[in-house]
Parts: sequence; C-alpha cells; structure tokens
Amino acid sequence: MGKISLEVNGRKVEKEAPDNTLLSTFLREYLQLTGTHIGCDTSQCGACVVHVDGNSLKSCTALAADVNGSKVTTIEGLETNGKMHPMQEAFKKLHGLQCGFCTPGMVMSAVDLLQKNKKPSDTEIRDWLEGNICRCTGYQNIVAAVKEAATKI
Amino acid sequence: MKDFNYHSAKDSKEASQLASSSSAFLAGGMTTIPSMKLGLATYQDLIDIKNIKKLSGIKVSGKSVTIGAATKHVEVSNSKDVKKAIPSLSSLAEGIGDPQVRNRGTIGGSIANNDPSADYPSACIALNATIHTNERKIEAAKFFKGMFETALKKGELIEAIEFQIPEKSSYQKHPNPASRYAIVGVYVAKYKGDVNVAVTGAKSCVYNDKEMSKALSGNFSSSSINGMDLDSSEMNTDMHASAEFRASLVVTQAKKAVDAC
Repeated sequence: MGKISLEVNGRKVEKEAPDNTLLSTFLREYLQLTGTHIGCDTSQCGACVVHVDGNSLKSCTALAADVNGSKVTTIEGLETNGKMHPMQEAFKKLHGLQCGFCTPGMVMSAVDLLQKNKKPSDTEIRDWLEGNICRCTGYQNIVAAVKEAATKI
Repeated sequence: MKDFNYHSAKDSKEASQLASSSSAFLAGGMTTIPSMKLGLATYQDLIDIKNIKKLSGIKVSGKSVTIGAATKHVEVSNSKDVKKAIPSLSSLAEGIGDPQVRNRGTIGGSIANNDPSADYPSACIALNATIHTNERKIEAAKFFKGMFETALKKGELIEAIEFQIPEKSSYQKHPNPASRYAIVGVYVAKYKGDVNVAVTGAKSCVYNDKEMSKALSGNFSSSSINGMDLDSSEMNTDMHASAEFRASLVVTQAKKAVDAC
C-alpha cells in the first residue's frame, strides 16, 4: 500500500492504493476515468494508451507506483471547454471508428504522433499505430483521420 | 496480479541490498509486468531501478558506444550519436515492439530477460559487447546462458552495455507481424579480420553462427553464404515457423544483412 500522487488532466489527485495497482486500474477504478479502456490486458491492443509526462504508454503495463508524481493525460483530458480535440473531430468526421472500443487508445496514440511529427506520411502513421489494434474499421479511415487532424493542429 | 512491495532504489547499492531470492529489478516492465499479470512470475519485492540516474544515458568514444542499462529504446533510436557510430543499433531499437513499448522498455531489461526472440541480445553478440554490472564486467559471449538465462547472479545489476564500433554492420529481422518479436533476426558486424553473425529467434538462445562467420571472414559477400544448408535440429518450431523454415530464414536474413552493410 502506498500513496499515489498524480496530476491527471490538469487536476492533482492523491489516493492510497496497493503496490500492484496498474495505472489503468488506478485511472478507471480509483478516479472513475473509464474512457481509458482495457482490451487485451497484455500490452498488445493499445486500448489503454494514455500520456505520461508527454509520452504515450500502455497504462495496463505500468504500475501506478511506477509513474508516481507524473502528469497524466487521458482521453477525458483532450477536450477544451466542451469542445472536442481536433483529433477527436477528425475521427468523428471521417468515420475513424465503428464500435469505438479501440478509439481512446487510437486517439491518444495519434495525438502523441502529431506532437513528435507534425506532418506524418501514411507510412509513418501506420508505423506509429503499430501498437493499436482495431477490429472494425480496417484502419483506412483512422489513417485518413490522423492526416486530417494534422492539417488542423 | 499477486501483491508485492514496490521499492524505488536511489542507487545501485541500495538496489542490490534490497534484492532477495523473491525479488526482481523493475526497469521498463515490458516483460516483467505482463509475466506477473499472467501468473508466470511472482515476486515479493519489485525494485524499481529507473530512478537511478547513473543507469541512463549514452556515451560514444572513439572505439565504443556505452549505453546505460535503464536507457529506453526510444532514446537509443533517437540518438544522433548512436546513429552516427553504429547505425544498425539505432535501427534495431526503432524496430522493437511499438512506440509505447519503446517509450518504456530498456536495453538492460531486454538483455537481463534474454528472451530467445529479443533483438538486443543479438546486438551484444555481434558487436562484441561487454556487460558492466555493479560487480564485474562480463563478455557478451559468456553472458547469455540459455532460454531466459544469463550469467547474472541474484542481486547483480546491469549498469551499462559497451558495444565495440564495427567497420560495417546491419541487423535484419523477419518479425512476427503481431508482436514484432523476431521470428528470426540476424545481426552481422564486420571488424578488421573478423565477422560476427549473431542469430536471434532461431534457437533457445542467441548465438554466433560460426559457419557463416567463417565464410564471411574469408569473403565478405552474400555469395559466400548463398544456399548454405544450416543444421536445423536445434532450431525452434512453433505456430509461426518450423525449424526448417527458420534455418532457411537465418541464411536469407544474413544475406540481406551483408548486402545492406
């Protein structure tokens, strides 16, 4: 048991949690931020991707204790004043989702890509999304959405 | 996942003092955490070594590249110094897993784990690496002992890996399309008068293929290993590839590596 202090989506939080608490569990069950999804739980699918200190990671494969003191951004932290983030807008506009399960991870991963590469090519987008699996869309519209968002960010 | 006590060590000394027969060091956790979640491993204590400053960073001297054990894959792949000194090492790091894994996983963790399909062990063998621990220096050729086994003793912590800069080198892998682990990966490095051909993914542990090394030391051209019929009796067979296919892949990847040098 230990104290976990994080800044999540700009808000300081502090909770006691057992040492084996995963970051994904901490976000979902301690902070009720259920936008971060748990899919495979074996770090393959990427539904649980969040940002920690500006970099994307799979929150089902990080201990909350391990990122203690960090700044975390989840899918809930992307909107500003009720307005969707340009990446979310682009996914909506271009049908970059069907069932939506993978979407929070896809969006968080894609936002991290644009932080590092403002104008990615199709190949760079596909390479970057290597760790995010979607079983509905066939990826075409996801790639199109990321390209569209790149023109807006 | 069973409960454990999490510790964050300040330095190598504290980390090894905390170590016991039921502890593990935690670096990026990219293997340790999934293994614990699946119940394949349980520990009473996890000793986080990421916050030990001395363990991160890259130093390039005239002859070698030394990488701290807790240095992340993304740091190796983005390093201009590594790209200049040993470009194949930089591209190997770029091909591990996916961006989120590269943002967390570390070189020391990969080597200490010694997965039979991991990429970095082949770099250690091909690039005549020396593994620096808190107790001693170990040559790569004596470090990798078998499947998930290394020469590390309990409580012994890898601090850095020192690679010798080759004249030419290339790493070519045939990845599993889902995990990006090597079905077969071959790292060829040419030094004055000597060529190493390190193979990962094919057997239970990384190894230097003496037959191909010898042929390439004589004539550094892919034609000198073309059609080589490797013994597949000790090679892995699984749902992804048979031993015979792996034996053939080793030659194909080695040829590609030589051509890319």
